[in-house]
Amino acid sequence: MPDVMPDVIVLDAVSRVFPTDPPVRALRDVGLRIRRGDYVAIVGPSGSGKSTLLNTLGLLDRPTSGSYLLNGIETTALGDGARTRLRGREIGFVYQSFHLLPHRTVAENVMLAEVYGGHPRRHRRRRALEALELVGMSHRVDFPPGRLSGGERQRVAIARALMGEPALLLCDEPTGNLDSGNTEAVLDLFDGLHARGLTLLVITHEDEVSARAGRRVRISDGVLTEE
Amino acid sequence: MDIRDLWAEALAGVLARPVRSALTTLGTVLGITTLVITLGVAATAGNQIVGRFDELTATAITVEVPARPGGGPLVGWDSSAEVRRLRGVTSVSALAQTEESSNLRVTANDLVDPTRVTGQTLAVVAGDPELPRAARGRMVEGRFFDAGHVRRGDRVVVLGDQAARMLGVTRLTGAPAVFIEDRAYTVIGVLGGLGREQVLSTAVIVPPTTGAGLGLRNVTRVLVNTSLGAADLIARQAPVALSPNHHDELQVISPPTPKRARDGVQDDVNGLFLILGLVSLVVGAVGIANVTLVTVMERVSEIGLRRSLGAARRHIAAQFLLESTLIGMTGGVIGAGAGLVSVVAVSAAQRWTPVLDARLALAAPVAGALVGLLAGLYPALRAARMEPADALR
Repeated sequence: MPDVMPDVIVLDAVSRVFPTDPPVRALRDVGLRIRRGDYVAIVGPSGSGKSTLLNTLGLLDRPTSGSYLLNGIETTALGDGARTRLRGREIGFVYQSFHLLPHRTVAENVMLAEVYGGHPRRHRRRRALEALELVGMSHRVDFPPGRLSGGERQRVAIARALMGEPALLLCDEPTGNLDSGNTEAVLDLFDGLHARGLTLLVITHEDEVSARAGRRVRISDGVLTEE
Repeated sequence: MDIRDLWAEALAGVLARPVRSALTTLGTVLGITTLVITLGVAATAGNQIVGRFDELTATAITVEVPARPGGGPLVGWDSSAEVRRLRGVTSVSALAQTEESSNLRVTANDLVDPTRVTGQTLAVVAGDPELPRAARGRMVEGRFFDAGHVRRGDRVVVLGDQAARMLGVTRLTGAPAVFIEDRAYTVIGVLGGLGREQVLSTAVIVPPTTGAGLGLRNVTRVLVNTSLGAADLIARQAPVALSPNHHDELQVISPPTPKRARDGVQDDVNGLFLILGLVSLVVGAVGIANVTLVTVMERVSEIGLRRSLGAARRHIAAQFLLESTLIGMTGGVIGAGAGLVSVVAVSAAQRWTPVLDARLALAAPVAGALVGLLAGLYPALRAARMEPADALR
């Protein structure tokens, strides 16, 4: 282990070109550094390359060129299996559409985060209940997700993302499906998590959301600019 | 990934849509049921026919000894003792009967009574003292000759019960005699109730030493009785015991083994239904493949989520494979149960004893699981190939 904890994300000259006709340059020479404990919002209109950036950061897509260090590990040279393990270990995803399994209880949905990647089965439920307590969902542990409100569902999804203590919480339009009251609750939760030292990266097009972040980065036509 | 987690996830996947899963198993259920009924009923019916083979025929072996022109006898009169030593043999007897001895003139006395037919053309057979036991008969009158008669070459005969009636010999008091080719022989007994070698009931039986004078020098046939189940073994061993150097010249007539009889029946019954069952299984497999493929397409976002949670492609493939295998195995279990119940019902209706092969009951779920596994290969491959970024879109 290095003496100094490495930065969570270091992107250097990352480009992503989709080989269509004509080729689409979704990311152009993107450079980004996110330090431990940062709360960063990436804003931009649709079609600006937001999703490509998210997929690249989430190790769901490979850049065409450039370098991406996640927690000090160069990811562009890794094989599929190693990227999968790294993704499971270091990144917690929060999606706009929650992606909760409808036939499983809240607790089971949260526990799903530890099914892959060699986590012990012992005390898994206890850890899930702790994560649910952190997001204030202890009273809905054995509910099916279908009986929760949108805000509650997103909090369950956040609890799932927090399982396994990821280095980074990667949120894709986390409030896109929520009304203003629930949006407020989720953003308050993000503030709380940030205060606990968690690194947050939120991709959004809503100014209300990005305003809460400590740092705003705008993406437009695949080019990143700090605000 | 812990195998228990894989199991739990697959089980949850199957149970998430219970009605669909139940309907998906139907094809496998039908196929396995058909197969189990076909094999079970055939085995039961086959056993039923085997059951008709009574103990008598299943334990009777006859060894035919061909005549050897020019050479010595293939089987000596004392050779039956060698067969008697074999384990599983209950009784043995050698006898001699030739063409010329089969049509000898036998009369009860030398009076010529124009009102009665006293002369008969009867077969004369030489046999050793074990003959009543080996032919499964009993002495109706008098006694059979013994080793002493044989040694001394006494001119005694035992009549078959039909032969005695034809000759008018009804009582042995006064030591009646019969004339074979005008030589007198004392009748000492009447043999009846024959279980095998019915021909003896119309024959005149003489000791081998006496028969030598009538052209009955060599053993032509050996009757062997075995304990139940030993017939196969004794049929192989008896010729060697009788004639070690020329055992391959002897002809053994042994009862058909139960196994062979059963196989014959199964071949007749099975063909069509086996094909029917296999076709149902293929249809079932196609059904499982189809539904699993639909399920994979419906669960694209779930696949994306699992990939984002750290699931490798093989984890995704393993889960869908296990789900389709579980569905197939469930079909196999239900099919085996339904099939076995049907076999018992058919047996009850026919008043048969149901024969259930335990291996069949165990193999059916395995076959169902195999069908599910094969059916799940393509959908699982499709699920594993999915790019997580696309799946989450």
